[in-house]
Amino acid sequence: MKKIRPFRVPRGMESGTDHALAKRIQTDFPSAYLGATIFRGDLSVHLNREEIVPVCTLLKNDPALDFDYPVHITSVDYPNDPERFEVVYEFFSIRQKHQIRLKARVPEDDCTIDSLTALWPGANFLEREVYDMMGIRFNNHPDLKRILLPDDYDEGYPLRKNFPIQGRGWRDTFDFQK
Amino acid sequence: MAVETPHTTEEKKTLPLLRTEELLLNLGPQHPSTHGVLKVILTLEGEKVVKSEPILGFLHRGVEKIAETVTYNQFIPHTDRLDYVCAMYNNFAYVRAVEKILNISVPERAEYLRTIVAEVQRIIGHLFWLGTQALDIGAMTVFFFTFRDREVLLDLFEELCGARLTTSWYRVGGVERDFTQKFIDDLSRFIESFHTKIEEYDTLLVNNRIWLARTKDIAVISGEDAVAYGLSGSVLRGSGVDYDLRKVSPYGAYDKVEWSVPLGTKGDTYDRYWVRMEELKESTKIIRQCLAQLPEGEYKAYLPQVVAPPKERVFTDMESMIYQFKLYTDGFKVPEGDVYCGTEAHKGELGFYIVSQGGGKPYRLKIRAPSFIHMGAFDFMAKGYMIADVITIFGTYDIVMGECDR
Repeated sequence: MKKIRPFRVPRGMESGTDHALAKRIQTDFPSAYLGATIFRGDLSVHLNREEIVPVCTLLKNDPALDFDYPVHITSVDYPNDPERFEVVYEFFSIRQKHQIRLKARVPEDDCTIDSLTALWPGANFLEREVYDMMGIRFNNHPDLKRILLPDDYDEGYPLRKNFPIQGRGWRDTFDFQK
Repeated sequence: MAVETPHTTEEKKTLPLLRTEELLLNLGPQHPSTHGVLKVILTLEGEKVVKSEPILGFLHRGVEKIAETVTYNQFIPHTDRLDYVCAMYNNFAYVRAVEKILNISVPERAEYLRTIVAEVQRIIGHLFWLGTQALDIGAMTVFFFTFRDREVLLDLFEELCGARLTTSWYRVGGVERDFTQKFIDDLSRFIESFHTKIEEYDTLLVNNRIWLARTKDIAVISGEDAVAYGLSGSVLRGSGVDYDLRKVSPYGAYDKVEWSVPLGTKGDTYDRYWVRMEELKESTKIIRQCLAQLPEGEYKAYLPQVVAPPKERVFTDMESMIYQFKLYTDGFKVPEGDVYCGTEAHKGELGFYIVSQGGGKPYRLKIRAPSFIHMGAFDFMAKGYMIADVITIFGTYDIVMGECDR
């Protein structure tokens, strides 16, 4: 049995449990739903990463939800948390004019989450960028490789917090640097 | 050695006369029509594109990583360098995101100033696009005409903030300085005569058979596909999808003036051209109304903990001096939380996703760059077209690699 991170609403944010979209996800996927917050009018729903694809399938295909427009996919690194990475999805419905943000935590030892490329083809490049910058692997992604950095880049993933701001490598071996 | 040629008719039937196979072609990174340094690996069948794979990142500077090390105000000049031909709109998108997370509003006059300058920037961007798109297709004169008029507007920016391209004029809580009377006069004069300029561009393109042949039915994308790929801006509206953030979630003074959203029908390169040309006229309308309505008042909010107090106060008033010192050393404190704020830049939806953990620097800052997302649909849109059309697809996205690679 996997340990589920207890969800708490951070200081300064409202709970979003009463929001219609959050309620819908909670009733349809009680095991995936962890909690919801509202901050500055934006709804964020926290999910288990195992069920990200079924939840997104519902979001895209249900005519009442109708999230047809992938706004962005990104990731945040929290090195001190037990589940280190957070993948953030933002969707918008052009017909219904509503927004949702999904957040799923990914632990460092099993740094994978399912890909949404089959639902939104635009997710392809966005997920490649997350992989490139944060090192999170997307299962079933058609072409998962680095996108902004060179293919043979092996110094890690730049947006992780332990990646140094200043470059390292050949230049650091110069005598005057020591 | 004897040359092997098919002699008998029997052999002629079995052997193909021409060897056919797919050809792999590297387009770029150093190619004038790639609008920067972009490489595309094309798989060709004859002259038809079978598959194309954009190779990005030649201009990657790690702006998102830099953002984590500088204060919110210090990041404004970095946004200039994203989409370096339209710096004003990047500033605008960024300060809007910061204002959203701070939950502050700006004075009404500042909203109008911001809207006017943003629309001037949109005109500059569309003129730049029109000139380069026409140049890619081979119409050289349009480029001279649009750059002549763009120059007038860039001089206005110079009058406004001292810089032509890397402007950094927007500030969290307002703008850096007010319009001068000269700026208003020059801008009004330009706006009054701009429709004649648009007619001038039209004389070169509207009945130009080459232009029509190169743009009509090229790179067609349906509205549904465009939405699923996350396309935005004129590219999305060219496919007939009514999605303009200035209408969907109005900001600035866009809800106080009359204007409309032009929509294409087919989703080809011509429709995207048409949408942009109409947007030039709409921008003119917006600027004219905003200048007429321009209210009196402050151009910066009075929020000493966020906005630097005016210099006169700093030199005369102890409290303002302390605020100024705190602001320029620590930066302002931003509450814990995360926001996404999208702004309709002339290329598409330019959004900033900011995660704050309190403190003066962003914990994580993600830039939703329209050029990057448009490149995601490149393979889909280029498939089946000629290699010469690939060039026009770069143009029709209006990509700038500084923004795409960040």
